[in-house]
Amino acid sequence: MKQIFHIAYRELNSFFDSLTAYVLIAIFLGFSGFFTWIYGADVFFLGQASLDTFFTVAYWSLFIFIPALTMRSIAGELKAGTLELLLTKPVSDWQLILGKFLSTFLLIGIALTPTLFYYFTLWGIGPVDHSAIILGYLGLLLMSMVYISIGLLTSCLFSNPIVASLTALSIGIFFHIIFDVLAANFVGFTGSVFSFLSLSTHFESITRGVVDTKDLIYFFSISFFCLYSSKMILSSRNLQV
Amino acid sequence: MDIVVEHLTKRYGPQKAVDNVSFRVKAGEVLGFLGPNGAGKTTTMKAISCYINPDEGDVKVGGYSIKEHPEIIKKNIGYLPENNPLYQDMNIIDFLEFIAKIHGIPKYLIPERILDMVRICGLEGEKHKLISELSKGYQQRVGLAQALIHDPEILILDEPTTGLDPNQIVEIRELIKRIGKEKTVILSSHILAEVEATCDRILIINNGRIVVDGTAEELRKQAAGNEILKLGIQGGDVNDIFENLLNLDTIDSVDFIDIDKQLFEVQSLKEETSVKAIFDLCVQNNYYISELTPTEKKLEDIFRQLTLH
Repeated sequence: MKQIFHIAYRELNSFFDSLTAYVLIAIFLGFSGFFTWIYGADVFFLGQASLDTFFTVAYWSLFIFIPALTMRSIAGELKAGTLELLLTKPVSDWQLILGKFLSTFLLIGIALTPTLFYYFTLWGIGPVDHSAIILGYLGLLLMSMVYISIGLLTSCLFSNPIVASLTALSIGIFFHIIFDVLAANFVGFTGSVFSFLSLSTHFESITRGVVDTKDLIYFFSISFFCLYSSKMILSSRNLQV
Repeated sequence: MDIVVEHLTKRYGPQKAVDNVSFRVKAGEVLGFLGPNGAGKTTTMKAISCYINPDEGDVKVGGYSIKEHPEIIKKNIGYLPENNPLYQDMNIIDFLEFIAKIHGIPKYLIPERILDMVRICGLEGEKHKLISELSKGYQQRVGLAQALIHDPEILILDEPTTGLDPNQIVEIRELIKRIGKEKTVILSSHILAEVEATCDRILIINNGRIVVDGTAEELRKQAAGNEILKLGIQGGDVNDIFENLLNLDTIDSVDFIDIDKQLFEVQSLKEETSVKAIFDLCVQNNYYISELTPTEKKLEDIFRQLTLH
């Protein structure tokens, strides 16, 4: 257990050392702030104390940022040879995968923390639906969890970070939008299958303020599947150099 | 802790990198692992340090199998991989601290261990630098420091001196020798002099198989064959001396090395020595010996002889 934290801590530090973290946080806050408060369907335009706009912007920007964060996690270690260094220390394959997962997840958490100011500001200017906002954050975290796991899996599959990142993005886009579009075009059983597969369906149901076990099972099972596959690939050491 | 390698086989596709290799390293021994590039040294070392799974066979370290108890073995092994991978974006102290934590060294002991490592590996002047800013020699020392920080009983070093300058090579060798007094060390190299200088025992591996297992002395003896002497005789006509030498019973062949300086290469018959006969010859004919050097076969030649087919 401790190993996971040590690995995550080191990884998180390297995000900050390499400026990746600062750039990510700056862009994320810039984008979300701009659209939430200044431009388009912002809070003042809507005239409601709601953070729906923010959640939509975050929903899209995290989707794009996460593959860029995870693309190097295993592929980079493999290329630099440090994977061998780590795995010959008392670290199991699971601990390594979970450590990598946790580091990116924490970074997303850190990027989301300053946006709590939006919430407090909103609280000051109007009646806020607290549970909707809290669940909105929960939805973002669950969604990040899924995309980080997909990103880790592609990083295990491809040694080239760009390929890993693009693959993660294209797998992600199915969950993000394509299944949703398909669901709208099919009726009956096929339609409901696509609707169930679509991440946006589950995300929206959570941000609407309803936490259904079905949604939680959806997020956790995709993450588990991806993390487990990553672990199996790592254990087989059939990584492409 | 003993290391027992039993019938280890590892394939990469159709090619066998290691083919049914078995050997044993006793606790406290310094074993040199020699072989040309691509012989299977690195693969064997990776298997011992639990990085790759062998296709067949097993490795037992202190009685624990790499398949069943890798976590116990990993705790007792310090491994310096080939090419010495390090986190380039960390500074030395942070990096060593990370490794120490991963090894589960108690928190209060970590600063002490790091300082020990910095001292032992001669990193005092550089300790706050980023690893990417260090020269190759210093990076190699950091590699050694990370392998040693948890005071392992077994040290596995994969080509620890590649890419270093001669001074650094000597320093690293000294360091390995010092460490080797207390620990079991397996060291791979394709440089013979290095292995001879540091190791108790030599294992030569070629095309995935062990071809020689023994000390440097045994290795020499095994390949030595007939006695060869470099001989200089003065005080007589060079052709007479040549004739006389050829007439000696124990001598197989005589060659000129340098006619002007009257130097010969004398090869004795199998399991015979000609030194006394040569001396007697000189006394009888009033010659005098200007040089008499037994020519040893160099380890390099033995190595080439063993691995070139």
